[in-house]
Amino acid sequence: MTRFAPVANVRLQNITKQFDGVTAVENIDLEIADGEFMILLGPSGCGKSTLLRMIAGLEDPTEGDVWIGDTLVTDILPKERDVAMVFQSYALYPHKTVLANIEFPLKVRKVDKAQRAGEARVAAGLLGLSEYLNRKPGQLSGGQRQRVALARAIVRKPAVFCMDEPLSNLDAKLRGETRAELIALHQRLATTFVYVTHDQIEAMTMGTRIAVMSRGHIEQVGTPHEVYDKPASVFVAGFVGTPPMNVLPVGSLEPGQHLVGVRPEHLEITADGPLAMEVTLVEQLGHEVLVTGKVGDTRVVVRQPVHTVSPAIGDTVHLDADEPNRHRFNAVTEKRVDV
Amino acid sequence: MTARRSAALRRRTWRESGLALVMLGPSAVILVGFVFYPLIKAVFLGRQRCGVRGCRTTGWDQYIDAFRSNEFQDALIVTLKYALITVPIGLALGVALAVLADKYLRGMSIFRTIFSSTVATSVAVASVMWFFLLDPNVGFVSDALHSWFPVLKTPGLLQDENTALWAVSMSSIWANLGFTFIVVTAGLQSVPKDLYESAYVDGAGGFMRFTNVTLPMISPTLLFASVVLLSRAFQSFGDIELLTGGGPKSNTTTVTYLAFGKGLPTAGDDGLRSTVSILLFFVLLILALVQFRGLEKRVHYGN
Amino acid sequence: MAIDNVSGARKFGRYVLLIVMAFIVLFPIYVIVIGALKPGDQLRNQPLLPNHVTLDTLRAAWRNGHLGRALANSAVVAVLVTVAQVVTSVLAAYAFVFVRFPGRNIVFVLFLATLLVPLEATLAINRRTIEDLGWLNSYQGLAVPFLATAFGIFLIRQVFLQIPKEMREAASMDGLGHFGFMREVAVPLSRPTIGALALFAFLTSWNQYLWPVLVTTDEGYNTVQTGIKALKQGAGSNPSLVIAGTVIVALPIFVVLIIFQRQLVRGLTAGAVKG
Repeated sequence: MTRFAPVANVRLQNITKQFDGVTAVENIDLEIADGEFMILLGPSGCGKSTLLRMIAGLEDPTEGDVWIGDTLVTDILPKERDVAMVFQSYALYPHKTVLANIEFPLKVRKVDKAQRAGEARVAAGLLGLSEYLNRKPGQLSGGQRQRVALARAIVRKPAVFCMDEPLSNLDAKLRGETRAELIALHQRLATTFVYVTHDQIEAMTMGTRIAVMSRGHIEQVGTPHEVYDKPASVFVAGFVGTPPMNVLPVGSLEPGQHLVGVRPEHLEITADGPLAMEVTLVEQLGHEVLVTGKVGDTRVVVRQPVHTVSPAIGDTVHLDADEPNRHRFNAVTEKRVDV
Repeated sequence: MTARRSAALRRRTWRESGLALVMLGPSAVILVGFVFYPLIKAVFLGRQRCGVRGCRTTGWDQYIDAFRSNEFQDALIVTLKYALITVPIGLALGVALAVLADKYLRGMSIFRTIFSSTVATSVAVASVMWFFLLDPNVGFVSDALHSWFPVLKTPGLLQDENTALWAVSMSSIWANLGFTFIVVTAGLQSVPKDLYESAYVDGAGGFMRFTNVTLPMISPTLLFASVVLLSRAFQSFGDIELLTGGGPKSNTTTVTYLAFGKGLPTAGDDGLRSTVSILLFFVLLILALVQFRGLEKRVHYGN
Repeated sequence: MAIDNVSGARKFGRYVLLIVMAFIVLFPIYVIVIGALKPGDQLRNQPLLPNHVTLDTLRAAWRNGHLGRALANSAVVAVLVTVAQVVTSVLAAYAFVFVRFPGRNIVFVLFLATLLVPLEATLAINRRTIEDLGWLNSYQGLAVPFLATAFGIFLIRQVFLQIPKEMREAASMDGLGHFGFMREVAVPLSRPTIGALALFAFLTSWNQYLWPVLVTTDEGYNTVQTGIKALKQGAGSNPSLVIAGTVIVALPIFVVLIIFQRQLVRGLTAGAVKG
């Protein structure tokens, strides 16, 4: 493992960002450890990109401070922050060759010609681009372009990599492959990655930790396991996992004043279950069966192993869930309640 | 902390503003010095009469008097006629040529070069060419065709009161054809091919494709071309001066020629020139507004 | 492609139309060129046939009209105007697109408003300004009012706007300043449009007519256009000489046009910037 960057944890203190009076990010504190693969996850408009852009220095926070390592970087220009960014659209220079694109950051920093060409070739080799060095971005596939963008970030050997939805322009198959490559790359470089996405599968598979965001706030920060197993709010429960966690109305599964969340795989169809559901849809997915139905006005999904006998549409089935698989949320604040 | 923040931000804003000043400075100096300043100055100069011994103020009435004068009214009518002849015909010809040459057939680049070639002729060159084609004494056209069209010889197309404006228009349409052709060709090339293909699949014939796909898609280009052609028509001077000198009997005296032509009441009088020029400015302004209002609605901008 | 696969008869019809139109467009040029290649006394003898070909008339026109001087003057002024217009337009357009400063929109609207002002409304005063500056009969006088135009700024701004914002951000993260980004990215990406602007500026300047008439009295500062005027209006004007003069004056522009024609169309089509 080659480690080529200085220690770089990222600390966000009290960050607020307003655009023309509209608050995009409010009062956020977040500590990203050195070498971590931190995912900022949330729906569009939740403020995740804004937060990333403030780390990169492309936006100035209205209030609060950004630290990288021991340096306060809030008022420092992007180029002095030792941060590289991979954009969703890649932002490659269409008139420059792949090699020229990759070595461009070094050229700007006045690294001498031979050295920068050498380092660009190394970075290109790392991403399997060696054959394409003399092509223009327009002659490459989407996946190759994405890798050029990555190589251009790597070549600078930054302390922090910022990535803004870098996989969203790729097709599903390529996205899967690239996820694996990014994980390998992170392990190889062992530097800090901050990665913005709205795709919870990317978040779950790549992140060492995930910060789930909604409406300018952080709902929860934790490892993929923590976020999945102990969602801190109804929002997180609904955002992470496919199909998402069922949130059952107060008093339906058990007495009490809490909302109860149960993941589809944790709902069992049993004859004496306390929850009655009318089946509206049965989907055979090959390795599993999804049974969808209604409890009152609430849509509920049950995931069953494939060899069990499935109910038919129109049947009424009874559901139950084991105690460890019940997540309780305050009915007003929608925050997790642990009893 | 907030104080430090704002100081850093202010420094950065100042740096950006300073840079903007440096970048905009050269253009601003020219545009202020040679457009805004003279425009404002001309408005005030327009109430004066000037001669060799200096200017004297006659008052704002000079605008009204000038506007009501027969000379200005006649010139305005001549200008409107001139524009109504040259703009539609020029535009239609330009579109026709561009559509004709927009197929990938062998030798098309030669035709394209020919059709755009009149861009290379200046007003002076084009006017001189047409003068010698039409002049009753030496003109080739007059010599060749006068037995069918006696007017070509006596008094000559450019000298006959009924034909002079048409003759000048012909020269102007020809001279502007290259420009219109190039602009429309560029417009045609930016029409996505799949639009034609889907119209073709829908069974639309050539003419249907032209009216339903081509015309709407190039309407921004047509708006641009028509605005340029119209302003050229209103500002034409060189062709009038070289072809007819405003005659016969001021039948080709356009507003611009009225302001700057030789042997007219405005000659040597910067005051009266300014009056006429500012009046022209307002006419153009109104025209531009009407043009944009009317066309903007129908123009289809992609995306 | 199916649509272009027209039948032979229709193709033939199209060619016939094209040839007829080409003939009409070229006819005046042809007559003038043939005329210029004849001795003066043969001008009206079989005007469509290139008989008695001679360069004497062209030589005489060159001499009498001082066209060498006029061509040089026009070239100096047109090059000056072209270079300056490209530089001022690129700089101003860059500021309007990539530099953040207060009042940006207001300044842009003011710049754009100058498009509505006809040249004529300002000519009389501009002539005085040039006179006050002592620039009558000088290259400055001929060129300075045209060193910047709202048209050029607007045209370049339109292509700069198509450059993705992220490209500027990526460059600024790499530490590239505004002038660096302009040189390395913005200008190279806008080359076709900048070329079209240059060609337009050159043609417009070369074809200036009224302005040179107003600010030059000394024949030594005749441009090609005023040179032609002088030939035509000169004492005992000889039609042959004027015809030859127009050919001489138009020739360099024809060459420029044929070389750059494709660029002009491409530049006007623009939209070539993609990430």
